[in-house]
Order: sequence, then C-alpha cells, then structure tokens
Amino acid sequence: MKAPPPFGPIEPLLFERGASGRRAVRMGESDVPAVPAESLVPSFALAPSPPPLPELSEIEVVRHFTRLSRRNLSVDSAFYPLGSCTMKLNPKANERTATQPSFARAHPLQPARTVQGILEMLESLERFLAEITGLDAVTLEPAAGAHGEWTGLRTVFALYRERGESRSVVLVPDSAHGTNPSSCTICRFRAAPVRSRPNGRIDLDDLRARADSSVAALMVTNPNTLGLFESDIGSCAEILHKAGAQLYLDGANMNALAGIARPGDFGVDVMHLNLHKTFSTPHGGGGPGAGPVAVKSHLEPYLPRPRLLQGPAGLRWDWDRPRSIGKTRSFYGSFGVLVRAYAYIRTLGPDGLRGMAEDAILNANYLLSRVRKFLPVPHPDGCLHEFVATASDLKARTGVRALDVAKRLLDWGFHPPTIYFPLIVPEALMIEPTETETRETLDAFADALESIVEESARDPETLRLAPHLLSPSRPDEVKAAKDLKVTWGTDSCGPMKRVDNA
Amino acid sequence: MSHNIPGDLRYTETHEWVRPVGDAWAVGITDHAVKSLTDITFLDLADAGKAVAVGDSFGEVESVKAVAALNAPVAGTITETNRALPGRLEDLAGDPYGKGWLVKIKPSNPAAAKGLLDAAAYLAIVEKAGH
Amino acid sequence: MSYVPHTDADRRAMLSAIGVSSVEDLLRGIPEPLRLRRMLDLPPALAEPDLERHVDAISARVRTSPGLVSFLGAGCYDHFIPAAVDALANRAEFVTAYTPYQPEASPGILQAIFEYQTLVCLLTGMEVSNASLYDGATALAEAARLGLEATGRNRLLVSPLVHPDAREVLATALQPSGAGISLLSRKGSATVFEPASGEPLAAVLVQQPNFLGGVEDLAKASALARSLGALLVVSANPISLGLLRRPGDLGADVVVGEGQPLGIPPSYGGPGFGFFATRRAHVRRLPGRLVGETVDRRGDRAFVLTLQTREQHIRREKATSNICSNQALMALRGAVYLSLLGPSGLREVALECARKARFLADRISRLPGFSLPCEGPFFHEFAVRPPVPVERLLDRLLDEGFLGGVPLGRMFADLGDAFLVAVTERRTRADLERFLEALERCAR
Repeated sequence: MKAPPPFGPIEPLLFERGASGRRAVRMGESDVPAVPAESLVPSFALAPSPPPLPELSEIEVVRHFTRLSRRNLSVDSAFYPLGSCTMKLNPKANERTATQPSFARAHPLQPARTVQGILEMLESLERFLAEITGLDAVTLEPAAGAHGEWTGLRTVFALYRERGESRSVVLVPDSAHGTNPSSCTICRFRAAPVRSRPNGRIDLDDLRARADSSVAALMVTNPNTLGLFESDIGSCAEILHKAGAQLYLDGANMNALAGIARPGDFGVDVMHLNLHKTFSTPHGGGGPGAGPVAVKSHLEPYLPRPRLLQGPAGLRWDWDRPRSIGKTRSFYGSFGVLVRAYAYIRTLGPDGLRGMAEDAILNANYLLSRVRKFLPVPHPDGCLHEFVATASDLKARTGVRALDVAKRLLDWGFHPPTIYFPLIVPEALMIEPTETETRETLDAFADALESIVEESARDPETLRLAPHLLSPSRPDEVKAAKDLKVTWGTDSCGPMKRVDNA
Repeated sequence: MSHNIPGDLRYTETHEWVRPVGDAWAVGITDHAVKSLTDITFLDLADAGKAVAVGDSFGEVESVKAVAALNAPVAGTITETNRALPGRLEDLAGDPYGKGWLVKIKPSNPAAAKGLLDAAAYLAIVEKAGH
Repeated sequence: MSYVPHTDADRRAMLSAIGVSSVEDLLRGIPEPLRLRRMLDLPPALAEPDLERHVDAISARVRTSPGLVSFLGAGCYDHFIPAAVDALANRAEFVTAYTPYQPEASPGILQAIFEYQTLVCLLTGMEVSNASLYDGATALAEAARLGLEATGRNRLLVSPLVHPDAREVLATALQPSGAGISLLSRKGSATVFEPASGEPLAAVLVQQPNFLGGVEDLAKASALARSLGALLVVSANPISLGLLRRPGDLGADVVVGEGQPLGIPPSYGGPGFGFFATRRAHVRRLPGRLVGETVDRRGDRAFVLTLQTREQHIRREKATSNICSNQALMALRGAVYLSLLGPSGLREVALECARKARFLADRISRLPGFSLPCEGPFFHEFAVRPPVPVERLLDRLLDEGFLGGVPLGRMFADLGDAFLVAVTERRTRADLERFLEALERCAR
C-alpha cells in the first residue's frame, strides 16, 4: 500500500514533464510572405530543427513554477536575519514604480530627447547617492556589489597608471568579506592582510607599518563585519593619504550609517553601495542587484562611460571621456533596480533615511540584549546594525554547531543568520534584523534561538539532523561536488582532471 | 589531542610531507591538512616531467570548505604522479602518508632543501594553530 | 515614511530592555567629529499617492513603444512576452527570496536554476552552464578569461563585428592583466576568418549574428581556432538559436550571450542576464554560481549550490573571477519564456523575425536613394544607407512616430552614413508599410 509522501511529491523537472507536440504559446498568423527558411539563412548556418527544448502546455508551466515558488522562504513570508545582507521589506510601491510600461519598454539607444524623464531620474539618483555618501561623483553602471567593488578598484588602478606610480598592493583586513581579495586579484593587485585587533577593528600599528609607496589602497567595511564602527577610520585615512594611497569602503553596511555619518567625511576616496541591501531592492533569489560606485573628484575622470551630461537641450549620454576606464557592462546599468532605489529614497526622504539607520541599530541592539543572555556575543559593545554571536561554547559542551542551530531555525520558520562569517569568530552567527521588523518578530526569533540552545543540552541528535519539518533536509554537498551533476540528462562531470591547453 | 605525524618524515610549514624514495622524494599532505580540509571533493596534480622551483604549485586539492594549493618543498622535476588518486579520494583522506602520496620529485639539489621540519617541529606548528 | 513598524511606545520598551535612554546612546562608538550634524540634503519624503503622481509625471516625459514604433536593436530587442512570464516570475516568493545558500530554505529556486542551466545547454549545444552572469558583455569577458587561463596564452583574436560595447567591456576587464587583443578583419557584414600572425592565441571571439546583423560561418571560425590551438568563444543571440545551428554543434568551446530577448522587456538596458555555457572539461573554470543535483539524508533528490570553493567567497585571492551573484530572477524569466515557447515556438519567433527583416530590407533597398551597404545574409538586423544625413532622417522619423534605427557612425567609421535597423516578430505588416512610407517621405 502506498502512502502520500509526507512533504508532498517531489516536483519533477521540466524535462520530466510535457509531451511531443505540446505548446503553451502561439504567435499568430504571419502577415508577411512565407519565405522558406532555406532562402533566408545560408545552409552553413541553418539548423534543420530547433533546439530540443521541453514541449509543455501552459498549465504544466504554470503549475510547475507556481509549485517551485511555494517551496521557498522569502522576505515576504519570513524573517531573514542574515548578517551583512540587510534583508528588509521590499516595498510594493517600488515594484509598481519600476514596472511602469514606459520604463519597461524604453530602449537604451533611444534619442535622449525621448527619455528625459528617465535621464532626470538617473541624474537625481546619482546626486542622492553622492549626498548620502558625502562623495563627489557616482556611477550607476555596476550590476552588483562585487561588480562595483571591482569597478572602484579599477579606477584606482587607472589613477596610478596615469600617474606612473607602481603600486601593486591592496591592504585588506583579515575580517573582510570574500569578494574583497578576489576583486584585487583580477585588477592585478596583490591583496595583503592587515591585522585586526581582537575586537575586529583595524590594528593601526600594523597599518602604519604596511602603508608604504607600494600600497594602492586599503579596503575596509565600516561598520566592520562585527557590526562595530571603525572609530580609528579617520586615522586610517590619514595614514593612507600620507602614503599616497586611497581608502576604499565596502558600503555593504550603509544601513547603519545613512544620515548619521558620511564616508566622504571620514576620509573615504571610493566606495560601492549595494542597492539590494540598504536601498530595499529585492534580492530575486540571487539577483539582479546593483552596485553603484561613488568617488571623490580626483577619481571622477576614470569612471565608466558614458556619463550623464547636462546640455542646452537637456540631459544626454556623454561618451567623450578619454580618461575613463571604459565600460564595465552593456548600456548604463540595471535600470529596473535603479528605479526601485530611486522610489525608495523619494519615499523615505532625509528623515526617513536617518530613521531607517537609527531603527536598524535599535532593532539589532534589542535583539542583541535578548540573545546574549543565552549565547555568547564576543564583541557586544558598540554594535550598530548587526552583531555576531558564537556557538563555539555550545559546540564544546554539546557537539551542536552553528550549522545545526541554523538548520533547526528553519523548523521554526525563520531563515537562519549568516553562519561561519566573519572568520575571526569561530562558529559565528552573524545577525542583522534590519529596521522593518516588529518587536514581536524579534522576540519570536530570540525565543526560538533560546529553545534551540536548551534543546542542544537535552537532545543534540535532533539538532544534528535538523530540519525535520522541511524537505529536503541536509542535502549531501560533498556528493554534489564530487559527482558533479549540473545538467539534466547527462552523466556527472567528476572527478575530472581540469584540462589545460584544451 | 593526538596528531598523526610519523617521526620518519620531514614536513613543510604549508603541511606537505616528504619521504626519500631512491633518488626521488615522495611528497604528500599531512593528516592535519586532510582533516582541516574536511570532505575532499577534487584533486588536480601536475604531470610528470614538469620542472618546479621551491614553493611552486604542483597541483590543487579542493574540498567543500576550501581550495588549497600544493607547494613543492624542493626544486626539481616531477618524475611520477599518483594518477589513480584523483579517482580514489578516499585513499587521500584515509591514508595520507601511504596510498595518498601525490607526486615524486627528483631534487635538482637535495642539499638546498632547507627549512624542512622534523616531526617535533611540525607538531609545534600544528599545536600553535590551535587544532 | 520609512516602513519601520515601531510606535514611540515600541521604541521606549526596546530602549528600556537594552538599558539605554535613547538611540543616541547606541551611537557612542562613532566619534563626534565624524557625525553628520545636519539632515541630508534630499527632497522631502513622498507618501505613496504623491510618489505615484511624481512617477506619472516622470513617465509623461518618456516617449517610447508602442506610441513610437521601434526598429531599435543593437543588443537589446523588443520581443513579445507571454503573460505567464510576468505572472510566474513576479511571484513574491521568487522576487523577495535571497540567494539559496541554505538549500532547505530555497529548494524551488535551486531547482529552477538547475532547469535554467539545462535549458541553456539545450539551446546552445553545450554540456554545462552556470547559473547566469550580469549580462552578455560581462559573460564574454569571463569567457575570454577562461580561454586565457585554460591555454596559458596571453592574446585573443576578436571579430570587429562583436558588439563594440562588449569589446570595450572586454578591453576594460583585461587591461590590468596585459592580455592583448587582435582584431580580425571584416568584409561587409561578415568576419573574415583568416589566421593572424604573431603570438600564440588563447581564443577566437565571434558574435552570432554579429553586430551588423550578419550570419557568420561558425564552421570557418572553428577551423581557424583549431588551427591556432585556440578556443572558440561564440556570443550568440538566443532567439536566433531557434533558426541557426547551435554553436556547440559547430565546435564552440564556450558559448555566451545576452538573455534579455528571452522574456525580458528592453527596460532601458537592464537588468538582463548573461548566459555562459562550456564543455565538461572546463566545468571547474566556470565563473559565478553553479547548481548541482544530489540527495538529502532521506534519499530524496535535492539541489544545492556547488563548487562554491571556486567562487570568490571561499577562494579569496585565487578566485577565477569576483562574480558573487547571478541574475536569478532574470534567468528565471528566460527559463519560463523558453518553457512556454518550446522548440516550435522559438523556431516560429526566429523565422518571423527573419522573414520580416528580409521583407523590410528588400523594400527599403528599392526606395529611391536608399541602399543596404553590407552584403551577406542577415538574421533580423541590417544596415541602411539613406540618401540624406542619418541624424536628420532619424529626427524626422521620430516626429512621424518611429524610432528608425541606431546610427552607426560612433562604431564604424566607414558606416557613418548608415544606421542599423532591427525587426522583431512584434512589428506588424502595417508597421512595416507605414515605416516605408515615412522613410521615403522623410528622405526627400
């Protein structure tokens, strides 16, 4: 006798559905002469038949993707206290703004005079972000934070190349986010570590020792990855500027600073912002985001081209930028994302932005005051919008790790916090509630976390197998990497020798 | 905590071990390295015939946690590669000093291989790393 | 209006629980000289009804399709998007979800990405695909990087008919590494695949169809690459793959392209997505994210992000690229679009684009004073040389309600007197006839 599967049926893949001859959409009768394909495309290029895509009816497609959508947590359905990700509410007014038909249908190569509304909006956004960051010029071109980071470093590279200064080192604190060192490498800078003190702040003595004429920049996050303000940032800037180097800020944590302190005022020369963090644009399951870059005026000539220019006939795109690094992507940026951020900033206004940061700090400190009663928080003093707890005592006492705590939180209906980052805290749980959560949600999360800590003493085995109320549970990630299967209908790829000179 | 560090081998700071075998040196990674990596998912080794300087990479080992370069402890030529090992990663994890050998290098100047640690010195490094 | 739910009572209770009297106490860690002691100089907050009015006013200062009939292409195309694409991709569970680092929290998204990866392989004739990149231009730059790394060589051979902006993105990306770029030559709207002399080459880069709409002979490109011991990288228009032979079947080693034509409106140029597919031998060189199939502790099929150690966040200094994200929601739109069209739907759209473009091109070539400067087969775009200056003609066409095409002077010196016309399946016969009348009238 068969029973219904406890978590619902496994959703077949698209390729396991459908049947030959099914089709969901038709284009209608052609109204031009039905010239055969053979006379339109030369035989060396004409495919005898189209690619073997699945053949599906509309109901199959609709049910499939609807069911897939329901098997996900999302900000609209659950609390996501992911440190460094700023998973705040994605306002629906922004969605409505961005999906205006005229914005959706505008082509990037339309003459400037037909899209003055769009150009004015983009120019305003540049000005808003310059004001918020305290810097002089902004490019909206980069498609993501990591892309912005690379773009910012690329302008630094261009600066020193033009000056004929050979600076190949970028200093990165050992508590940095993973993109920082790899952005350096692909700009052909060598990433060199700067020590953090135990409280996560940069060791000024180490910085002083390392800041010489081979250094192009120091990359910092402020507040840092422990949620603490780098109170010596002014001194950091002085040390660097004295050595002729630049101060780069990873703006991922701007949610704590907007309206309270401006990076340009504390010595930052170049930074990127994450519109999908601080500025509420949705994450989309992994993108699209946007990573605008703001710079002090000495770096402005190197920004990507084209740039918006006010002329007698209105705004237009100016390609005449001989010192620009060139282009970092096609067209002007992730326009749909930029519009959402614009709508957000217009909705909040100066009071709202400042309130956003203050309430983000309030929520984090409130949650911290509850969590530290049952989980150690190594650096609680001066936490701004996020804090880092540790499960290392828990692990020592009960064998339960940060990973197990995270998985059990899923059973409580919460997305777990960021785990195992920053690297300087073992068994780290980085928690950032954001300002859009109610007190009740914060309390419910703290309650759940407390139950898990108690459960770890009573019944650690249950935690090691969590989640219990979801499918899948504990997918085998080692097997996924070893027996690499990334395409349906083919054998696995591994273990394969990587082929050089192929 | 006890560590598996055979006394008859020599070690590098980057967690490789060496054992003289005829006029070549067998090279591998230590039990500590294997345990730190946790689940090993991939191994890439340079071909025999490749010349290496001290510190040059002779391959890469990948796990769900990290990718680590494999560094030549001595300058010379790779005479042999453990071809079977990438397909039998359990031998690397289970027997890192035996079946888990990675390459054999014929040193161009064996006397130049300074900086190799004995078991006691390597143990000190491992303990200092706090594992 | 800041979307913060707290009342003053909420705040007081929370401050009390923390043990401070005001939020200002929580900001003590920020040195006073660094504090901003004025309000940000930004326009005052807009309540939602005011925002709507404001946005309506902005929209009123944008003239576009359908009020204007568009023949603009050059890397961004106006295709029909079935209603189900919006209905499914706009679901909040997709839109407001985070990256699926926790596989149990996002199995739906992970499966959708796995399906997208497979669809890209089927579309291009390749073996493995990543979870998408920012756009086609950055995907091309990443493909070049793969070629340089896989061969250990330091020079690329690039068709001059690869989109000029994509070539600029490539040059910007490669400049710090010192890798060199040599250009092939062109004849009309086709690349001439002849060997270059000089340094050994890592890869040959070609676009299909190319920037001027021309259909390239990829077999020749492949033979050239083979003879040079280089990889063949093809940047392909995904709609064209309903009609043209797949680059994977013609010897491509990497196939990339811009996914915007698959279910994403023009959106003033972004966001779109870049697709990236290659052979199994290069799977460990794939940039960006990758979803793999596995089983969970109950033995059920599951999907996870895999090979993450290649990605920047674990490999740090040795990363092959710094790409941290994919364009998940855009790739999802592409997957839904392809699912709705299926093979015959994609063929139908491609054929319709080609037929309409051919129809328009033939008729334009018979207008007095007009010619088509580039010979050779084209897919859905072609260059037009009018008897009057391009800018003036396009201005007049605009007044008549047409976005007539993209001037080519900025990109090709010998085509400064021509413009690029794109025709998709969305343009009706009536649109085409009216455009022809307007062209004739505006060229007098």
